[in-house]
Amino acid sequence: MTTIAGEPVPRHGVRIFAIWLVLTAIAVPLIVLVLGPHLPPPHMTVESVDQRNANIVMTALLVPIALLVLVYFIYSFVFFRETTDAIVDGPPIKGHAGAQLLWIVLTSTIVLALAVWGSYTLIAGAHGAGGGQGPDPAAKPTGYQHALPVQVIGQQWEWTFRYPTYGGIETRDLAIPEHTLVAFHVTSLDVTHSFWAYELGVKADAVPGVDNIAYVNPRHTGLFQIRCAELCGLWHGHMSKKGRILASSAFQAWISAAQKKNASIVKYLPKYSRVYYPAPLRRAG
Amino acid sequence: MSATPIAAQPPVWRRLIGFNMLTGLALGIGGWFLGAWIGGQMAVGHPYLQGTDQNDVGIYMGYLFAVIGWLVGLGFANYPIGRLLGRAPSLRHHETGSWTRYFRLCTDHKVVGIQYLFGVGIFFFIGGLNAMLMRTELLRPVEQAWPASQYLTLVSLHGTMMIMMTSAFILGPFGNYFVPIMIGARRMAFPRIEALTFWLVPAAGLILLSAIAFGGIATGWTGYAPLADEGRAGMDAYVMSFILIAISLTLVGLNLMATILTMRAPGMSWTRLPIFVWSVLATSILMALAAPVLVASMTMVLMDRAANTSFFVASVGGSQYLYENLFWFFGHPEVYILALPGFGIVLEILPVFARKPLWGYRLAVAGMLGVTLLSFMVWQHHLFVSGMNAGLRPFYMLTTELISIPTGFIFLNAIGTLWRARIRFTVPMLFALAFFFNFLIGGLSGIFLSDVPSDVTTHGSYFVMAHFHYTIVGGLVFAFFGAVYYWLPKMLGFELNETLGKIHFWLFFVFFNLTFFPLFAAGFLDMPRRVSTYAPHLQTLNIFVSASAYVIGLSMLIFIANLIWSLVFVRQPAAENPWVSRGLEWQVPTPVPIENFDRIPVITSGPYEYGVPNAPPVADFAPGALPAAGR
Repeated sequence: MTTIAGEPVPRHGVRIFAIWLVLTAIAVPLIVLVLGPHLPPPHMTVESVDQRNANIVMTALLVPIALLVLVYFIYSFVFFRETTDAIVDGPPIKGHAGAQLLWIVLTSTIVLALAVWGSYTLIAGAHGAGGGQGPDPAAKPTGYQHALPVQVIGQQWEWTFRYPTYGGIETRDLAIPEHTLVAFHVTSLDVTHSFWAYELGVKADAVPGVDNIAYVNPRHTGLFQIRCAELCGLWHGHMSKKGRILASSAFQAWISAAQKKNASIVKYLPKYSRVYYPAPLRRAG
Repeated sequence: MSATPIAAQPPVWRRLIGFNMLTGLALGIGGWFLGAWIGGQMAVGHPYLQGTDQNDVGIYMGYLFAVIGWLVGLGFANYPIGRLLGRAPSLRHHETGSWTRYFRLCTDHKVVGIQYLFGVGIFFFIGGLNAMLMRTELLRPVEQAWPASQYLTLVSLHGTMMIMMTSAFILGPFGNYFVPIMIGARRMAFPRIEALTFWLVPAAGLILLSAIAFGGIATGWTGYAPLADEGRAGMDAYVMSFILIAISLTLVGLNLMATILTMRAPGMSWTRLPIFVWSVLATSILMALAAPVLVASMTMVLMDRAANTSFFVASVGGSQYLYENLFWFFGHPEVYILALPGFGIVLEILPVFARKPLWGYRLAVAGMLGVTLLSFMVWQHHLFVSGMNAGLRPFYMLTTELISIPTGFIFLNAIGTLWRARIRFTVPMLFALAFFFNFLIGGLSGIFLSDVPSDVTTHGSYFVMAHFHYTIVGGLVFAFFGAVYYWLPKMLGFELNETLGKIHFWLFFVFFNLTFFPLFAAGFLDMPRRVSTYAPHLQTLNIFVSASAYVIGLSMLIFIANLIWSLVFVRQPAAENPWVSRGLEWQVPTPVPIENFDRIPVITSGPYEYGVPNAPPVADFAPGALPAAGR
């Protein structure tokens, strides 16, 4: 107990810090061990694992910050409230240089650390983290020259996919092989869409006239959800379908079947190109 | 409110004739038909207009002439024409008069403040009603209540209405009403421009609502081109109303900036300026710099639609990135145009009910100015996956995370002010404290979005939607209601019922959190924004959210009931200073006289000197002993 003006005053600061420390010691392990495995996205690819790790780290870092503010506020509501109806002034404290400096140093450290860590994971660790990087990606994974190119074409209101290394065929289903680096080349024929493959951890805007590249490394086979994440008009919510990650042999079988099916129509398709410029639509709703 | 004897007033019907809202409406409707006809004549010989089923030139000309007619009918042409005819300039005849001055051009800043309060309030409730209708659609995972096109129009109207109206949610009513009083001035720097800024708001709101009759809006509030280029005629309403609101915001910003910079009373030094006025100054800088960019981007969409240009059409050399850059260069400062006045309000309310000086006043000012500066450097975080400038993503990640440092200052101010305080939980204080809870969640969830790997998951999902509703509804709207309960006794002269106020607060606070916190989970579980159909396994979550949203609507009805009950039926006159605040605005009589002060007061002390021994009164209202300058 310290004293102010001869009266004993409880050591509020120590109490608040102790409550916060206990709560944080409980919360952080819970977040990392219990909540963490359930944070999105599911771990189907190297990129989605990186994104989930980012989400776990940030939740574990931000929850203690939130707890500190909340513990302080609730503590102050209990102990610093006026219990009588009288309007009594509190102590005229206008500031504290040391506390302000400490706050600035702490918040700046956290923020700069987050920015450095985020940049590192984006560029060096995750090679773009599954996000669209435009026609000339800044962060390329090793062996990107040998990545399987898959073109994703958005139009109102359907996704189609072209495989330039398999004769430029166009399919309505998306399948990619397991354990193979895939380069999605996302583009659009009309308005802006956004190619979102949730379980793959891929999101890239489909922009007319732009070849937006996103890399992904599938880790195991399974189904994944494809959606449109940018409002593109009337049936925006219906631009969803399932894609598949197949074992290499199954993928080869699937792609040769698709090539056979496409053989008669592939000559009517426009020549494979990084972008397409159809005549501009007007008044399509 | 007026001192004019009742016998001297003409009968009611006589007062309806003249330059007022009715005349404005009539001339506005006439202007619409004139403009549409002129536009029709202009389109002759232009096959791209005649060949389609809609003539955008006619629609834009119709809106333009409707706005001109509206303003002329309200009396905005009288002054320039009078000056041309040699009449001496005067504001007098605009500032006196009975209740009718609330329905016409009035240059009294207090009348404009109340016009804003009710005008913006009405549009706020229309926007809220749209949200209720959207949540009704989302009760089931397939389209049921509305067809997809109507659902999209609801989404777009809700977003656009709310963004447009909440931009002036605090600066309009409380900035106009209280800034001159708080700095010891008699009026704003440009009173006619002040009146104009308000009367553009109903014009913009009505034009936006007219989109319903023209095929709706399919783009959401962001209006991304080229989707905007191909939209139905409702898009023209969106473009025109956004242009009007942006002009209004620019003028509000310039006017408030000029007022605060030049019209402070003697002794109102920068360190005595109330923190709310600081936040208004920071916001007005943002408005004056960011809103003109919106006019530019909207004009380009207008040209694309009406004049067949192709700023945003890729196949003829345009770029959609141009729109995204221009829009978000306005759009991100806009977010802080919404947030900063909220910071000011809560920091203004906290010291009064904590009975302590504002802790770290200079830090709060630095925080607001820091946010102002940084907010112009972060806009590309909306475009992390757009494929543009991917190499710059670490830079925008850094600036976006940096902006949480000055925002954090505001939290430190609150923490310091509450330290060993004597907190009284009045209704305004409850709203101010809830602001910090909501903004804490809103701000920290923003860190997820600033980090690119995490943003790849959450971008364009309900996570984003929950995040910005936590900052804007949880921040701005809570601060707005704090200001309403805090300042309405001074503005309207009547007390509001405290019990109903507390019921409103608790329903709003609890069900706001129950509505939006689950939506973080919806975003994490891959529910994209702006869809009328979603994955069936998310239905339970969405029903829960919709039910909570309806209770928010109910809490707003309780607020309206409180207003009607307190202002129409009980009419308990408010004390001049019911909160025992040191603020200058509480030292003037209620109702505030027409020019606020008999004499310009001399400010003798800061507004937050609670508990400071021998603190002088905040101002000398009869500075007769001082040498009278120019009197």
